[in-house]
Amino acid sequence: MLRLSGARGGTVHAGTVAGAAAVALLAAGCAGGSGSGDSGADGGDPSASGTVTLVTHDSWALDDKLISEFEQESGLTVEVSAAGDAGTLVNQLVLTKDSPLGDAVFGIDNTFASRALEAGVVEEYTPADLPDGAEQVGGALTPIDQGDVCVNADETWFEESGLEVPKTLEDLADPEYKDLLVVTNPATSSPGLAFLLATIGAFGEDGFEDYWASLVDNGVRVADSWEDAYYVDFSGAGEGGERPLALSYATSPAFTVSEDGSETTTSALLETCFRQVEYAGVLAGADNPEGARALVDFLLTQDVQAALPESMYMYPADSSVELPKDWQKFAPQADAPFEVEPAEVSEHRDEWIQRWTETVVG
Amino acid sequence: MDRDSSRLSLRLGLKPAGLLWGTAVAVPLGFLMIFFAWPVAALVARGLVPDGVLDLTGFTEVLSSPRTWRLVGLTLTQAVLGTAFSVLLGLPLAYLLYRRSFPGRTLVRGLVTVPFVLPAVVVGVAFRTLFAPGGTLGFLGLEESLAGIVVALVFFNVSVVVRTVGGLWERLDPRTEQAAASLGASPVRVFRTVTLPSLAPAISSAASVVFLFCATAFGVVLVLGGVRYGTIETEIWTRTTQFLDLRAASVLSILQLVVISAALAVSARARRRREAALRLVPSRGAARPLSWRTPADLTVALVGAAIVGGLMVLPLAGLVARSFREPDGSWGLGNYVALGTAGERNALVVTVWEATATSLRIALVATVLSLVVGGLVALVVSRRPRAAGARRAVGILDGLFMLPLGVSAVTVGFGFLITMDQPVLGVDLRTSGLLVPVAQAVVAVPLVVRTVLPVLRAIDPRLREVAAVLGSGPGRVLRTVDLPIALRSVGLATGFAFAVSLGEFGATSFLARPDGATLPVVIFRLIGRPGAENYGMALAASVVLAALTATVMMVAERLRDERAGGEF
Repeated sequence: MLRLSGARGGTVHAGTVAGAAAVALLAAGCAGGSGSGDSGADGGDPSASGTVTLVTHDSWALDDKLISEFEQESGLTVEVSAAGDAGTLVNQLVLTKDSPLGDAVFGIDNTFASRALEAGVVEEYTPADLPDGAEQVGGALTPIDQGDVCVNADETWFEESGLEVPKTLEDLADPEYKDLLVVTNPATSSPGLAFLLATIGAFGEDGFEDYWASLVDNGVRVADSWEDAYYVDFSGAGEGGERPLALSYATSPAFTVSEDGSETTTSALLETCFRQVEYAGVLAGADNPEGARALVDFLLTQDVQAALPESMYMYPADSSVELPKDWQKFAPQADAPFEVEPAEVSEHRDEWIQRWTETVVG
Repeated sequence: MDRDSSRLSLRLGLKPAGLLWGTAVAVPLGFLMIFFAWPVAALVARGLVPDGVLDLTGFTEVLSSPRTWRLVGLTLTQAVLGTAFSVLLGLPLAYLLYRRSFPGRTLVRGLVTVPFVLPAVVVGVAFRTLFAPGGTLGFLGLEESLAGIVVALVFFNVSVVVRTVGGLWERLDPRTEQAAASLGASPVRVFRTVTLPSLAPAISSAASVVFLFCATAFGVVLVLGGVRYGTIETEIWTRTTQFLDLRAASVLSILQLVVISAALAVSARARRRREAALRLVPSRGAARPLSWRTPADLTVALVGAAIVGGLMVLPLAGLVARSFREPDGSWGLGNYVALGTAGERNALVVTVWEATATSLRIALVATVLSLVVGGLVALVVSRRPRAAGARRAVGILDGLFMLPLGVSAVTVGFGFLITMDQPVLGVDLRTSGLLVPVAQAVVAVPLVVRTVLPVLRAIDPRLREVAAVLGSGPGRVLRTVDLPIALRSVGLATGFAFAVSLGEFGATSFLARPDGATLPVVIFRLIGRPGAENYGMALAASVVLAALTATVMMVAERLRDERAGGEF
């Protein structure tokens, strides 16, 4: 809300806020009447003030030091605004296309990329130093980081039970692993959608329902959200859950490392993964496109790329950047995650979720 | 209203009266229009008129789907059950906490409000931990059941009943009941024929608020209901934020509005029949010390203890206990110490303490806004003009200000994005965070109205008439008759508004900036990260939020007692 305790700003007093609210009330009233033009009635050219606004999702985090260094070098002032989860972010951008919420965006993922491109919310821009292997989408969305959504296993539980840790998606449907798995709802949770896509990638558009039916027969539990599945149901989180297999991320095992840092009590099943890629881009109709481009470039610099694992729990898009030690050891990425074309996802998302619901919920 | 007020001014020879009432109506109405009706209408219009052409096919599609009617059915069922049980369990608690006095009463009153502000995600996880097969209440089989959802809804909302009804109950003149009893009526009969009718306005006031909260509950329904349960609200949320299916979302929003307006109209009708001027006494006069020897007192005390214990202490105890556990399993303050940090692996942009300060500042602004707006609405609505048209207008105004509770926060939040798209003085309101206290105030206003209104309505109109006949102008009547009485409920209204603002998550999550995150937003973020330390911090932060709320409520309580003392 009010930028009350800004990381880089001062403090706004309650009086100012109340005053601003009053101004807002008045101004909004006027704007409603006239639909006033977009000429610089609001005080000059925004790019001259050198402010660049980054619109992102609620998982955004980046070291303040990096941002102030960027501000000093570029002469820009960075404002960050967060919209909700990745889906909410893209939908808000589509809704506000004619009057964008900011200049640059970070956090559109590969499951929503096509929707953003089709709606034309981002404009074409290709950074000069695109790292090797980083593939743009539509010439407008630049990959910044990526993460694998995979089933996690509670190693300790499996050790104690004498059961082999499962490896593949097929294993999860094996009666040997009955009532052990918890996943999340693809309609309300982004890892849930990623896992649904993994099964579509693995079994095809015509085969995934059969697979899910076999999971249901095998007693899969569907939780609403990641936190719900991980902290309530998953035994590996150490909060009293009873299921040793839970949908999470390939990086999660780095959070269950023992005190001495020698081993982790959970692992990710790397043959059950879907890769989420997060993109940045310049918003169409941005007030400060120059600044937005500089910001996208900034996200690709080695310093930011190296900071991503610690700040956003994602792997950098630039594969030449060194990963933190415990990630190298405990959080490897999948070699061959399942894939579904972004355009396919965009076209069939609703239908697939509906078919999933019919299969799993009935 | 015009004819009536002009006749009034004519009779009293006072021109400013019309102006006064005009302002009292215009300010809140303007607020509601700009910050609620306009954004909602704009978003609904976007769904119904895509690309400039009216498209009503969404109606036939959505309304002919059996799923829609199943959602409507579930929405009403859980809301009705949630409301009924909140009232049923709230009444004995209200009696215990407002008609009887005992040591530690203020503390219990504060604690009862705590659930009201806890983030749904935390409550959801707390209840699921109880209901899960291995949990304390696993044997009840409440996991993924309607009963489980209803229990959580009652947990959240029972305090609304306790507070609203208790506030009136403690000032009911006990002599009426005493008179009935001395004429030979049994305690049950006294309660049924004297007490209950007097409390009816407060009960129906509270019930309609609780009904709206239950009907639009979102987080707990998703977490506790699993994939099988959904409501109109959860459907609007997924349609809007995940599918960008505004066509269906718009139809559902309209459906939600219709269902909720119908329910409100029914309750308003019931309420109107029961309104009456009541004999009120100072709050301290009515409460008797709890006596362990009378069977009636003992029963109420035991019932109250069972409700508080089973419904509130049980789910919260696990949460509080876990907040004091270290990652290695030992007990300690580690999670609380960590609240000054950014969390395990920098999970946060701001520390929990910074977020707490932000929350308090925002809540202050939101409270002031909602007291001004809500106070004015309550004042206007408390009048019963003689002309039928004017009476109807007042009734509509009353209902209008309840609607923000019945409309999805998603619809309002997304609506802001469309309507506030022009910068004001170079500031883009949508991303500035300035709208957060405004959005919270919109939700808090109905509660302020419902808290202040029963008290204002209970004022005997003859009191005002006498004052007027004796030559007091309308301003003076307000100052000397309405204000002193209204002020007593302002403490409670302040507490409620503050609590609503502290706990609001839906709209806030859309409008707050990362560096201006509030406590619930930060908690949501912490619990969304792996790591025992982050989970522990999320719970510790929830305890901080709970303690903060309880404190604010207790202070508000004090405020009221002091003001009330000596008057009347």
